[in-house]
Amino acid sequence: MTLVWDRVITRRGISCRALRGGPSSGRPIVYFHSAVGLTADDAVLATLAEAHPVIAPELPGYGESTGEELLDDMLDFTLHGWDVVSSLGLDRPILVGHSMGGMIAAEMAALSPERSAGLVLIAPLGLWLDEHPIPDIFATLPHDVPALLFEDPAVGAARLTGGVDFSDTDALIEFFVGNAKRLGTAGKILFPIPNRRLSKRLYRLEAPTLLVWGAADRYVPLAYADAWATLVPGAEVVVVPSAGHMVPVEQPAAVAALIEAFLEKV
Amino acid sequence: MKFTWFNLMPWPYLPDDFRTEHRSVWVDIDSRLFDPVKGHAVYNEYMDQLEYADSLGFDAIGVNEHHQNGYGLMPSPNIIAAGLARRTSQAAIAVIGNSIALYNPPIRVAEEFAMLDVISGGRLICGFPVGTSMDTNYCYGQIPALTRDKYGEAHELIMRAWASEDPFAFDGKYTQLRYVNCWPKPIQKPHPPIYIPGGGSVETWDFCIDHDYNYSYLSFGGYLAGKKLLDGYWERVAARGVDDSPYRAAFAQTICVADTDAEAEKLYAEHVLYFYNRCLHVFPGFADAPGYRTIKTLQAGALGQLIEARQKTFSQLTWKDLVEGGHVIAGSPDTVRERMEHMIKTLRVGSVFCLLHVGNQPDWKTRYSTELFATKVMPKLQDMWPEWEGDDRWWVHPLPPESRADLHRS
Repeated sequence: MTLVWDRVITRRGISCRALRGGPSSGRPIVYFHSAVGLTADDAVLATLAEAHPVIAPELPGYGESTGEELLDDMLDFTLHGWDVVSSLGLDRPILVGHSMGGMIAAEMAALSPERSAGLVLIAPLGLWLDEHPIPDIFATLPHDVPALLFEDPAVGAARLTGGVDFSDTDALIEFFVGNAKRLGTAGKILFPIPNRRLSKRLYRLEAPTLLVWGAADRYVPLAYADAWATLVPGAEVVVVPSAGHMVPVEQPAAVAALIEAFLEKV
Repeated sequence: MKFTWFNLMPWPYLPDDFRTEHRSVWVDIDSRLFDPVKGHAVYNEYMDQLEYADSLGFDAIGVNEHHQNGYGLMPSPNIIAAGLARRTSQAAIAVIGNSIALYNPPIRVAEEFAMLDVISGGRLICGFPVGTSMDTNYCYGQIPALTRDKYGEAHELIMRAWASEDPFAFDGKYTQLRYVNCWPKPIQKPHPPIYIPGGGSVETWDFCIDHDYNYSYLSFGGYLAGKKLLDGYWERVAARGVDDSPYRAAFAQTICVADTDAEAEKLYAEHVLYFYNRCLHVFPGFADAPGYRTIKTLQAGALGQLIEARQKTFSQLTWKDLVEGGHVIAGSPDTVRERMEHMIKTLRVGSVFCLLHVGNQPDWKTRYSTELFATKVMPKLQDMWPEWEGDDRWWVHPLPPESRADLHRS
């Protein structure tokens, strides 16, 4: 299923670009991307859109979305998430989030547990374990990022640069400006430690929850899956082999199949 | 002209293999390299040198703030300044400065600076840096994209706290105080002179112009590289329609004086290279947290310079490169005077922070260089801006001598 770019304007006036696809009826899926951002060729979303209405809003500061100056803290990000859902008029969607997006989706569910039918968190951020410190992505040099996020760094390097030719100065500057905007926005909820005390709110979750983790995640290691499972009783944890932190990019078919199976149950 | 004797207070015992065996001089520097017993001697030697500069007639003595940094031993410059306030009586005390976004609540800066101004008899110059990404974001955990906003709010709180004679409520985004009541207040009215150490952002230039603050460009790149930036500042000053008094701007310069040019190289080269090779060895991942610089600044071309600066390998620079490139002004008193004149004129600065202690330079060389500068260079540079003589808008206004406490009790 082909996805197309659409636009969502929230009640607050934030204009978000969003990837959209799928049938017009059925249980809607709202997908929140990681700090890396969203690409039009997202294979998980394309697969899900075969049978379900799918919408993936870009966060302010990402792509062509605006309004990052209006978001300062976790509550702003969480309310913005619900503002997007409200603007779309969606009834009890499935919230899916990867990494930072998982953190946002979990915060949304903690704030308004009755508003979502199910929660899929893919290697979510939001918790902190002293014995398993999450690497500082903000101090990681660009050429070291692929090895941190992908099981296979070579695959990661190609994906992360999005085919930008870095020998072209203008392209390089555009990439850096974009990166500063994206990670600058992400830093509001992830810097210096990606923990905004979500753990004390997770008791509020009500909807069925699926946790998906890449077996070789070097960024948010598997120990965090256990921590989530403890804090969210009844959550199902599935570990996907041959994948790192970018599991939706590395194993899109497996991730899409897991979400499909989860949808059958809710 | 105003000359400030400035000591960054580097740790002088970084090992020879520091660059290859250690990742960074800043943020995650190996704290085992610090030896408190040696530190005792180092601090006292550096403070003695600042006092010595006062005795030689420097207009000011200067300190600054860095954290977890191998070339800056002053996480709290106010502690050093407090010692200097008691042990000196002539020079202004330039604290360049307190990173106001890092103090919680920032009223602490209003209080401590007021204390320093009162104790010193009105000799305080206050610096309000945004702070580097290393200090502000990585060491002190401030969110990069919110750092400037928090800085702006802290600035507003401090200035209102100094100006207001009655308690007021401050409902800030980052600081909420029901009773702001700065006690004590500074001697200098309406407030001590304020210096803003900054890079090349238009926002910072406008901030200085809007508030009539001094703009200080503190880099280790030297004056030839600094010219492009100062030119941008002066263009902005002209565009904003304010006067172009050179005292609106200050510049930091590493200076080494000896009897002859050859002696300067012989005496100081190893210490200058220590500084450029070891002290400036910062892990690039700490240089610039995403969001720390505004998009406007990045788009305005600062990025090109940043990338350039990052690629610059100071380690490969020789003494000759550093001297010719203007990173360091070194040589006989005549050579230094000539180059200083050139620097002051090209940059159009009324105030120079003189880095006369460099890297791991021993005390005797520092005093030698300082004395030569004070006696043979400084006097000849005093009247570089005759048309602006008496423009003291950016200088201290101490108490008259008859009102001063006797500070020499030793």
